[in-house]
Amino acid sequence: MPETTLTPPPHKIPTVFTRAELDWLPWIEPLAEAELTERQIAALMDPGRVKSPYFRLLARDPDALEARTRTDKDIFYNTDAGLPRAERELAAAATSRLNGCIYCASVHARFSATYSKRAEDVQKLLDEGVSADLGERWNAVVAASVALTSTPIAFGPAHVARLRAVGLDDLAISDVIQGASFFNWANRLMLSLGEPAETA
Amino acid sequence: MSMSETEADVIDTLVGIAPGSPLDAIRARRPEARKHAQASFQALFAPGDIAGVSAEERFAVGCFVAGLHGEADTAAFYRAGLASSGATEALCAAVTVAVAEAVTEGPYGSFPAGPLTAEDTPGLIYSVGAELREALGLRLVAALEHVHMLVFHPRDAAPEALQALLDAGWTTTDIVTLSQIAAFLSFQIRVVRGFRTLAAAA
Repeated sequence: MPETTLTPPPHKIPTVFTRAELDWLPWIEPLAEAELTERQIAALMDPGRVKSPYFRLLARDPDALEARTRTDKDIFYNTDAGLPRAERELAAAATSRLNGCIYCASVHARFSATYSKRAEDVQKLLDEGVSADLGERWNAVVAASVALTSTPIAFGPAHVARLRAVGLDDLAISDVIQGASFFNWANRLMLSLGEPAETA
Repeated sequence: MSMSETEADVIDTLVGIAPGSPLDAIRARRPEARKHAQASFQALFAPGDIAGVSAEERFAVGCFVAGLHGEADTAAFYRAGLASSGATEALCAAVTVAVAEAVTEGPYGSFPAGPLTAEDTPGLIYSVGAELREALGLRLVAALEHVHMLVFHPRDAAPEALQALLDAGWTTTDIVTLSQIAAFLSFQIRVVRGFRTLAAAA
């Protein structure tokens, strides 16, 4: 007998991009918390993630999960110079907005708003989409993220020049590249293995 | 693939990053991302435990996803990986034809019904051509149709798409691995293009 997908419990599906906290409900069975092996628990990296259906689902391939998470953490949390955290999160939010990942956009719009203290501009990105006018520096980061997210990839020398013109050095530009690229990874997992739900 | 091929850093190789170059120094400032982007490649394409997804299936999906992005050198790398994985010439050829019939422009797709419906964008829903089905087999037909959605219109994802994979003989754990392959490549291919562009703009 082939396995079957899960039917999520009744819930309200978010129909707009939001900075509110959302839940995420899996479409296929995560590992049960009690059945996690030591290797799978180690791959979660953070003990709190045993409560997360998303991470317990990804823990089915623990090596891939652990490498994914370590890549993610360095791109977004490494504090050695480069792009300020607020703008790394902006690249993540813009990528998620374009791909249509309401869940990822909610998390990273919140982070971007928190670190930048520019909640109104972040909300404008969510409400109006990636063509919103957020001032030239943020517009350059969003445009680079959009060009990287498009398939075929549209990122070119003009995007690099525009980022340099607003003051980004090459390490900061590499953070835009890795931040937007990483969310092309994250969005595809979040969007395709389950769905967001408004919290009760 | 031989061990030496899989041990070389794939992103460095595809970008053409020479030791001591400016981009080598930049990547060294994000050492964990560099190390674990490569560890992700290893985990997905040369895992210690091959589990339910064969090397040939991993590279067939990888070759298809890379081909859909139209980045020639990356696509050639995964095409070589498929050829070295034990795949028959018929399978390699079928994946190449599948890329040609499936390639389009993204992201497109639909949002949950509501205010965002105004942004819904139609696009190709890929179905593998009848003449390729025998060479690919049931499992890979289902896998290629699924990862085409992941590459170009991930917001159209639905439980029915996962049921189609389960019905074709993939397990829940296999689906996690397949999804990681397509999603990881969506990252790796963009990092390569981004770094190449940055290096050329020095």
